[in-house]
Amino acid sequence: MQNSRLLEIGVGLFVLLGLGALLTLALKVSNISAFQQTQGYDVIAQFQNIGGLKVRAPVTLAGVPVGRVESIAVDPKTFEARVVLTISDKYANLPQDTSASIFTAGLLGEQYIGLQPGGMEEVLKPGDELMLTQSAVVLEQLIGQFLYSTASGASESQTDGGQEP
Amino acid sequence: MATVTGDRTNGCVVEIENLHFSRGTRRIFAGVDIGIRRGEVTAIMGPSGTGKTTLLRLIGGQLRPDAGRIRVDGVDVDTLKRRGLYQLRKRMGMLFQSGALFTHLNCFENVAFPLREHTRLSQALIRHLVLIKLEAVGLRGAHALYPAELSGGMARRVALARALALDPMVVMYDEPFSGQDPISMGILVRLIRLLNDALGLTSIIVSHDVLETAEIADRVHVISAGKVVESGSPQELRASSSEWVQQFLNALPDGPVPFHYPAPSLEEDLFGNSGVGVSAL
Amino acid sequence: MIEWLRLFGEQTLAATARLGRGYLFLLRVLLGLPGLLLRPGLVITQIYATGVLSLLIIVVSGLFVGMVLGLQGYNTLVNFGAEQSLGVLVALSLTRELGPVVSALLFSGRAGSALTAEIGLMKATEQLSGMEMMAVDPERRVVAPRLLGGMIALPLLAAIFTLVGVFGGYFVGTVLLGVDSGAYWSQMQAQVSFTDDVVNGVIKSLVFGFVVSWTAVFEGFDCAPTSEGVSRATTRAVVHSSLAVLGLDFILTALMFD
Repeated sequence: MQNSRLLEIGVGLFVLLGLGALLTLALKVSNISAFQQTQGYDVIAQFQNIGGLKVRAPVTLAGVPVGRVESIAVDPKTFEARVVLTISDKYANLPQDTSASIFTAGLLGEQYIGLQPGGMEEVLKPGDELMLTQSAVVLEQLIGQFLYSTASGASESQTDGGQEP
Repeated sequence: MATVTGDRTNGCVVEIENLHFSRGTRRIFAGVDIGIRRGEVTAIMGPSGTGKTTLLRLIGGQLRPDAGRIRVDGVDVDTLKRRGLYQLRKRMGMLFQSGALFTHLNCFENVAFPLREHTRLSQALIRHLVLIKLEAVGLRGAHALYPAELSGGMARRVALARALALDPMVVMYDEPFSGQDPISMGILVRLIRLLNDALGLTSIIVSHDVLETAEIADRVHVISAGKVVESGSPQELRASSSEWVQQFLNALPDGPVPFHYPAPSLEEDLFGNSGVGVSAL
Repeated sequence: MIEWLRLFGEQTLAATARLGRGYLFLLRVLLGLPGLLLRPGLVITQIYATGVLSLLIIVVSGLFVGMVLGLQGYNTLVNFGAEQSLGVLVALSLTRELGPVVSALLFSGRAGSALTAEIGLMKATEQLSGMEMMAVDPERRVVAPRLLGGMIALPLLAAIFTLVGVFGGYFVGTVLLGVDSGAYWSQMQAQVSFTDDVVNGVIKSLVFGFVVSWTAVFEGFDCAPTSEGVSRATTRAVVHSSLAVLGLDFILTALMFD
């Protein structure tokens, strides 16, 4: 009897440990908290180019996550990207002229939206559209511009310095 | 369960009629008829490899015959469905040659196993019953030992106690005496007879230990080459005119059963190319 | 040539026959599962034998796999300046693949082989036969609890393996190599999806737990009742279940993460 008691205690501990591990995986490792954070309000931002932004990417304010990207679609009229952001109710007092930019975490990291609060008295209401947006920096465009400028610079130096072997 | 009537009157608990059974291409039984009477100790004897154990398995319904019928207490074992078979087996006890005790359980739990599986008795009652069964085989004091700590004879006695746990109607013993020292052999011999009479069992012993078996058996059936060669009481058997039975009972090295396994002539094996010993290992 | 062909045919037939036996065996065992509700003690004993006793090897392996991932991942990511994503790499590898697969392989070696050997020896020593003669169905009394116990134990072991691995990667990445610990967790949380990654990993380990336990109990039950037969069955159980885990992993991955 004593033996089977110990065994049952061991199994009980084991099962708790396993379920605890699963729970920790859910809460600490994965983004299950994103499901709880759906209590928030939606605002819309239009971007010319979202680069590699994905649904559920974080929305930050001064670097602090305040919400997530809810959906991404193309506006049928303007042909711009229409991004719906869900912002937590904790941050309900954002000024109406808050602007949104798409940034990249690190050189090759994930893209996220950064909010810059403006100075207006009125606050954003659910369904409002952010007026000022800044598109993602697309690496290819950046490189293209860089190449263009260096190429033009190089051609100038060529005309100046004659032909080198 | 329907056809109980006629069988009880002629006193046979187990009836085997025209049994045919083969394993692969090897024919083991070719028309065996045996009746085992209620309350008797019946021995089935024969040289090794004649399928005596197979016969017990057939009776227990673990194997199905190719032809013929086996009836236990009026029920056809060979056509029985699973549920009915398990019901019937509760009334059969079997003592395996190895004992087949559960190595992870001690003696007490081994004997308690069938009770725990098939009854809803209280712990106290199970304890009572188990100790009684162990007492009957003289091993109440060994209840806490594990099978690995038992001698071969003790293990068989515990297995016997387990086989008796559900108070069966038939107990089958598979080679109960083989590999036992004289003392534990003597104990087992007496125990089988004693329990049979005291508990009103019907016992079937499969054995090739002639002397011990003859000592306690009421009736002996000798099987060879898939057939019953001789049946009768031990006395009748001893008076048998069959050369084969005489060889078996008296343990003569040569006779109708040759000393040599069938082989080509010695000259051919020694000096010819019969291929002996040149297997490609 | 003809002989070779004959051997090939013989092997194929034997394999098919075994597959059929295994399937029928499974059906009979599954019939015994509902009865276990009345006797949870049987299953608990098996969870102990397969789960609790495998805990040590699972924890140690998980820790080391996580630490190696941390080390290797750091060395690769740091070239791109993306060492902040170390947590993502470690957690995704573990939840999606390594957690379920490696713990299933370890489980097969640690617990599966023990199941096969135990049942095989019970068969070889006539314990199963004896049980049958006591009107106790060994498929229900012996096999079913072991199958269920294994199916319950492996997902839990895989979860523990994954979590320990994440911490192993954390230890190497942040404590030893200096990745920011906040970035380790936050990047991980941002990138690892509960439904896609964690849940799919759990589904995988459920499938693996079933396959490994099934293979193990079947090989034990189907073995030749000799010492050689038991040893062969044990080897076969480990080899077959490991191969099945790897093959199924590919199929499941293709279905889940397309």
